[in-house]
Amino acid sequence: MVRERNHRAPEAKAPNHRGRKNDDGRQTCNSQPATRNLAQKTKHKTLNTKPNPMITEPFTVGNSFVHRVDPRLKLVFAVMLSCIVAVADSLSTLFAGLAIALLLIVLARLDGWAVLKRLAVVFGFMAFIWVVLPLTYPGVPLVEVGPLQLSRPGVLLCLKITLKSITILSILIALVATTTLSAIGNALHSLGVPGKLVYLLVMTYRYIFVIENEYQRLIRAARIRGFQPGTNIHSYKTVAFLTGMIFIRASARAENVYRAMLCRGFNGEFHTLGPVAPYTRNKAFTVLTSAAFIIILGLEIWNQSSP
Amino acid sequence: MEPKQPIINLEGIYYSYPGTPPILKDLGLTIFKGNRIGLVAPNGSGKTTLFHIIMGLLKPSAGRVNILGKDRQTEQDFKDVRRRIGLLFQDADDQLFSPTVLEDVAFGPLNLGKSKEEAIATSRKTLEFLGLDDFEDRITYKLSGGEKRLVSLATVLAMEPEVLLLDEPGNALDSGMRSRLIDVLNHLSITFMLISHEFDFIAETTERIFSMEHGKLFQDDEVHVHTHRHSHRVGRQPHEH
Repeated sequence: MVRERNHRAPEAKAPNHRGRKNDDGRQTCNSQPATRNLAQKTKHKTLNTKPNPMITEPFTVGNSFVHRVDPRLKLVFAVMLSCIVAVADSLSTLFAGLAIALLLIVLARLDGWAVLKRLAVVFGFMAFIWVVLPLTYPGVPLVEVGPLQLSRPGVLLCLKITLKSITILSILIALVATTTLSAIGNALHSLGVPGKLVYLLVMTYRYIFVIENEYQRLIRAARIRGFQPGTNIHSYKTVAFLTGMIFIRASARAENVYRAMLCRGFNGEFHTLGPVAPYTRNKAFTVLTSAAFIIILGLEIWNQSSP
Repeated sequence: MEPKQPIINLEGIYYSYPGTPPILKDLGLTIFKGNRIGLVAPNGSGKTTLFHIIMGLLKPSAGRVNILGKDRQTEQDFKDVRRRIGLLFQDADDQLFSPTVLEDVAFGPLNLGKSKEEAIATSRKTLEFLGLDDFEDRITYKLSGGEKRLVSLATVLAMEPEVLLLDEPGNALDSGMRSRLIDVLNHLSITFMLISHEFDFIAETTERIFSMEHGKLFQDDEVHVHTHRHSHRVGRQPHEH
């Protein structure tokens, strides 16, 4: 086939560049219909067998109030609100915090079901705490069921932990998960986080997809040769080989990426472009979240001083 | 256009990877300003190695590397080389590491000491030149293979190099992307050398063809793609002679 092209190419060496290119493109298609079809089929198949990507950013899509706030502001307030909720102790403060977190989620117009699914990660962990703490925490019993005593401070502690976790996670979903990772990277850098750390974050994120692709290729290669994972030495060995191969490829990739960076004048110094999208809702957001912060802080101080 | 001083001049280059026989043996290469060179050679013959030696990513075990009129040996020498010679990597995923297209294209200009505004302006201009105007905010890992290739070409061109080295630029491109790339290369006015195993890609973009064999480079003008008419049965089918 190469030879055949070889013959065709010079005839394409006509003075009119544009016309001949189109002509050539068409010829290429016509002369190898079989290969092209095959290529298309394989491509199609790869797309079909490709599983959902491991990581998605479902919440970054949107044009709500929260989406249009400068990522730097969102990060700063996410940290402030999370910290104060984490150290708060009274129940009323925690409920206020939860209400504010839910308000932020509503303002970001996120899909409620998707948010619940994200929160589900915490629910499992919480269930474990609810089973263990009330039974083991010393204190005045709240309920007595036969030989079992559910302690009052234990239940209270569980409630606080649950409220805090859900609130903080909701704040992060509303403020951080609505920002793309590149915007977070830029925001962190302009907030003074060292460039090396920012690039570590951003590049990890970038190459996870490439490494996942390589992993899928290896798995596919194993599968088409009839590999069935089981409980035997052969399976363990194969999985170990696959894992090792991923590390080798990742390190080879890292070396190539570094070379490509050197070729573009990289000298150890990282630059970012900073926030670029037009962010319009900054003032309203600052007022709102500052108010929320002051309310939580005020409630907590008031509760602490009048027990 | 009869320049005397070669832009790239390699003499007696030897290189071997650990534990293998030398892949480059007494290799010589001369490129003049304005040359458009295609390099054809079998896989594993050291083409990529040759490019990496020119960029100073690999150090030859022997030989003389003279680039842009100076002998280059130390890392410092090659820093200057890398500012003025652009290398398009074989795998676009190696080249595109920033989250968005604009950030990636601006990476080079920022490293050259340009201000943010200048870097963004240069990047936009380059993207426009390649017909990628609306790509700025696209996420690099979500681009198709052909788009990745064009964007990585943009990242190299944004540094305004004097010479371009392209490592299999036409590899794994569909015919649309391929003719677009050929169009771009034909509109570039800079010196370049490209590796390809497709004769017609080289014939459409370059004016001289070099080949490599047994670790040596042959740059005689006799290796030319040529045409001759002939006919025989089932001549329509792809065939070899």
